[in-house]
Parts: sequence; structure tokens; C-alpha cells
Amino acid sequence: MTRPAKPLEQAAQDAVLSAPAIAPQPPHAVSVSLTYAWRALLKIKHMPEQLFDVVVTPIMFTVMFTYLFGGALAGSTGAYLQFLLPGILVQTIVFTSVYTGFTLNTDISKGVFDRFRSLPVWSPGPIAGAMLADIFRFTASGIIVFIIGTAMGYRPEGGFIAVIPALLLMNAFALGFGWIFTALALSVRTPSTVMTLAWLVLMPLTFASNIYVDPATMPGWLQAVVSVNPVSLLVSAIRDIMAGAPDVRAVGLALLAPCLIAAIFGPLTMWLYRRER
Amino acid sequence: MTTPAIETSGLSRRFGDKRAVDGIDLDVRRGEIFAVLGPNGAGKTTLVRMLATLLRPSGGSARVLGHDIEREAREVRRKISLTGQFASVDEDLTGYENLLLLSRLSGLKGAEAKDRAASLLTAFDLAEAAGKQAKDYSGGMRRKLDISASLIRRPELLFLDEPTTGLDPRSRNQVWDMVRGLAASGTTILLTTQYLEEADQLAGEIAVVDHGRIIARGTSAELKAKVGGGVLQISLASAQRREEAASLLSDMLVGEVRADGHGTGLSVDVSDPDAGLAALGALSAAGITLTGYSLSQPSLDEVFFALTGRPPEPEDTPETEAVQ
Repeated sequence: MTRPAKPLEQAAQDAVLSAPAIAPQPPHAVSVSLTYAWRALLKIKHMPEQLFDVVVTPIMFTVMFTYLFGGALAGSTGAYLQFLLPGILVQTIVFTSVYTGFTLNTDISKGVFDRFRSLPVWSPGPIAGAMLADIFRFTASGIIVFIIGTAMGYRPEGGFIAVIPALLLMNAFALGFGWIFTALALSVRTPSTVMTLAWLVLMPLTFASNIYVDPATMPGWLQAVVSVNPVSLLVSAIRDIMAGAPDVRAVGLALLAPCLIAAIFGPLTMWLYRRER
Repeated sequence: MTTPAIETSGLSRRFGDKRAVDGIDLDVRRGEIFAVLGPNGAGKTTLVRMLATLLRPSGGSARVLGHDIEREAREVRRKISLTGQFASVDEDLTGYENLLLLSRLSGLKGAEAKDRAASLLTAFDLAEAAGKQAKDYSGGMRRKLDISASLIRRPELLFLDEPTTGLDPRSRNQVWDMVRGLAASGTTILLTTQYLEEADQLAGEIAVVDHGRIIARGTSAELKAKVGGGVLQISLASAQRREEAASLLSDMLVGEVRADGHGTGLSVDVSDPDAGLAALGALSAAGITLTGYSLSQPSLDEVFFALTGRPPEPEDTPETEAVQ
């Protein structure tokens, strides 16, 4: 309470005088991005729940669909799980791709973003860093869901090693797909709006797909929709990979949508980001 | 190094129809503490955000440390630090992680970055809280962290946007001490405040801003002089002669005579100290006995009232000026 004021005045003066001089060369874009990625990982460390949030729904669906509908849909719960799990992996990672946008919007609504923007460093650093951290997030949430599936009895025909190419493909898909949500995040005011709008996109995309059931019994018009749904294309490619029979054409088709999305929403995101706020 | 720290000419910023900053001409000398004083929504934050290259002006121009804020934004950013109005630290990270992050973004590497983060925490008495998330910090601790985050490199110019809004008096005094220390080290400081006392305490020069314009500018003493000589307050020995005293004062002085105290007090604005003295003499000559009198300088509150015709906002209202 009665701490003398003077020392703090001296400390402030000393802090400035002892500060290293302004760097002749500001840090490189790569090191800036890595630093921001490190920051995003620290946030996961402090709030691991943000990682669990995105895997809870897929896990719930896996358990519910397998035990409730599995027998009826595929003859046995075991057979259904073999069908369902690759699709659930895709669903998990697609859901997770919202998080770059969500965290970006959260950041911008806080004062810390002003500080970042007032630094003499490569300005898209925070976005690049968030995407790097997403690779960790996608991989971690994919692995969590895969482990739960394995515990329930899922066995990939292609062996456990097939998980690696599957995760790579899903990462590539999600990194492209995520640009929709970064653009969205920079266009709306609050993080919760990002979430609400994202669900409006994600729900039809994941349900009107081949994740849960074989589209063969759907009406023709719906089959047409499902067959061009980018999520279905990715699920097909992932099923092939997990079955030990990767198909180059399916992988190419799966990557088509994320490439298109990145080509449109990537520049849009950067434009929105650079636009004065 | 003879260029001023800040030079602006007709600097303006509009948001839709609203002129947040409406033609501001400023020149801030190097090494001084300059205060931008104004109520909520006066345009202070918008002004700072433009000068810190976060917002593009819609009119006019500005040079910060000799660099144009639009064409040479990067040069400006290399030399300034900004402590924003809302705590500009990452609340999810610990104090140490915050400083380490900014050290790395400032180009410090490895052990150098860690040392800098640790030494700043120690200097500002935050070492014990180094491992706590910033959201668990008190307002005062957060402000100290925030300011230390601006000192990783030596800034030539530091922007402090409402550095003490919402702080308790003790924390406010600590921030003031820090600001004085920074100024002693030669750093130019531009601070915004809605606390009149703060500008008076810290700043060499003050610009009073209202509705996006500078309505007065000068040292604290100059601003006070603009408004008049001050206030003469007297206490009468007896309430019975108050009427007589009041009419005598209103004859001699131009200001309106106000009754205060418990029936024995009177106060009146005076244009200069001599006029006040003459009025006291007249009271004495009329045989009206006083138990006390004072001739005070007007407070900055009174300055503001005189300049704008309305009182400043209550001091405990946090600034809600639009950031967008």
C-alpha cells in the first residue's frame, strides 16, 4: 500500500535506457509466422477445451450412429463403424477449419490486434501463424477421433499407416476450405456470428453427404447434390485411402474444391484484412 | 533529429457521416509529454490510431518522426510503440508469454528474447505474476504489462491511449510514475486522457479536443489563463452582512456572485488577481469582517466548461468512442 512511487519511475527510465536498439532488419516473414503459430499453440495449451469442443460432436455422432442405427443401416454395428469412421474423420476436420476464422475474429475484437498491426513486421503474420497452428489442430483432432474409433473396434483395411496419408489429405483440404471462414470472420462483428453462420454452411455440407449413409437409396436429385458435395468427394478419397486402395482421381477431385475456395477466398481474406478497420 | 515528433495538417477522419477527427493541426516536439484531452467521443482514439498507422486519414496529412504516416507507415511503425485504449495484451497468455511473443516479433532471438521479457517483468514488479494468464491480472498489473510490452525496444515515440482509465488511484499513480520515468529517458509521449488532472500532472503541453477539433491548446497554465484569473472565495464572519457583501462584489467585479457555504460563503470569478485584491480591500473598507478568503486558479474542469459551454463527462465513464 505504501510502496514508494519513485522506484517505478526509475524502473521505467532504466527499462527504456537498457532496451536493445531498434533492429536494423525486422524479423523475416517466416519467423514472424512461426512466432504467431507458437502463440496459437500456447492458446491451445491454456485452453485445451477449444480442441475438445470440435471433437465432441463427431464423437457423439460416432457413438450414437454406430449403436443406434448401425445395425439397421449396415447389418451390424461393426460393419457400420467401418463405413462411418473415415467420414467422421472428415467431419471433424471440416468442423475444425472454422476455428481459424473464429480465433481471427476474436483477436480483432481485442486490443492486442492493434498492437500487432502497429509492429513493423509482415502484416499477414497472424493469419499465416493461425493456419500453421491449424495443421496441429487438424491433426490432433483427427487423431483423437481415430483413437476413439479404434477403441470402438474400427480397423482400417489399409493398416494404421494409412492414417498418415489420410491426415495429409484432410489437412490440405481443410487449409483451403478454411479461407471461407477467415473471409467470413473479417466481415462480421462478433465471434459468435462467425460460429452461427459457419454452422449454416457446415450442417448441410456434412449431412447432405456420404458421411453417414450410402447415397444409393436417396432420391435422384439428392444423389446428384451429394455426388458433387466437396465433403463427399473428400470422404470417398479418404475411404479409399483407409481401405488401402488410394485412388489418384478421387484425391484430385477431393482437392478441387479447396483449391477453388483458396483461389477465391484467399485473396478476399487478404483484401478484407488489409482494408482499414 | 530536429524534425518534430508529430506534425499534422488538417488531419481528418470520417466514419460515414460522422467526422470523428475534423481537421487537426498538431506539432509535438521531441522529448515532451503531450496530452490530448477531451471527453468521450471527442476523437482522441481515432487520432491516435491514425498517427500509429492503424487507420488511414480521410483528409489532411501527418508526419510522425519525420515519416509520412501513409507512404512510410513501415518506418513509422519501427520507431513507435502503441499502448491502446483497451488493454493491448493477449489475455489468454501469461505475462511472460506476452512479453516473449512481442520480443520475438521485435526481432530478438532465443535467450535474448527470454532475458528481455524476464527483465521487464522484474523491473515492473510483475515477476511473481509472470506465469499467470493476463486475464487474471488486476487492472493496474495489466496496464503495467501493457506499457512494458511497449518498451521491448526503445521507442522514439510512445502512444498511450487513456493509460489510466478505470484504474484505482494507487495504480494510476504508478502509471504516472512510469510515464514520468519514460519521459526522463527522452521518449516522446503522446497520451490521451479524459482526466483533466492527468493532463495537468504529466503533460508539458495540452490540446483540448472536442468533436474532432482542437478547441484550445497550450500549457496547463496558459489554458487556465485563457479562462480568466480564477475564483475569489470569501467566508464572512456573519451571515447578516452577506447581501451587502454580495452587492459590493458584483459592483466591483464582472463575474456573477454565487452563494455557497453555510450562509457565510460567497464566490465570484475574477479576471485577474489584482481585481480580486481590490475587491477584498473594498470589503475591508466597508467594515465587513472576513474569517477567510482564497483566490484560486481555475481547475481544468472549469477551463473545459469555459471552452465548450458544457462540463466534461463524469470521470468514471470509460471511453466508448467508436473504434470502427
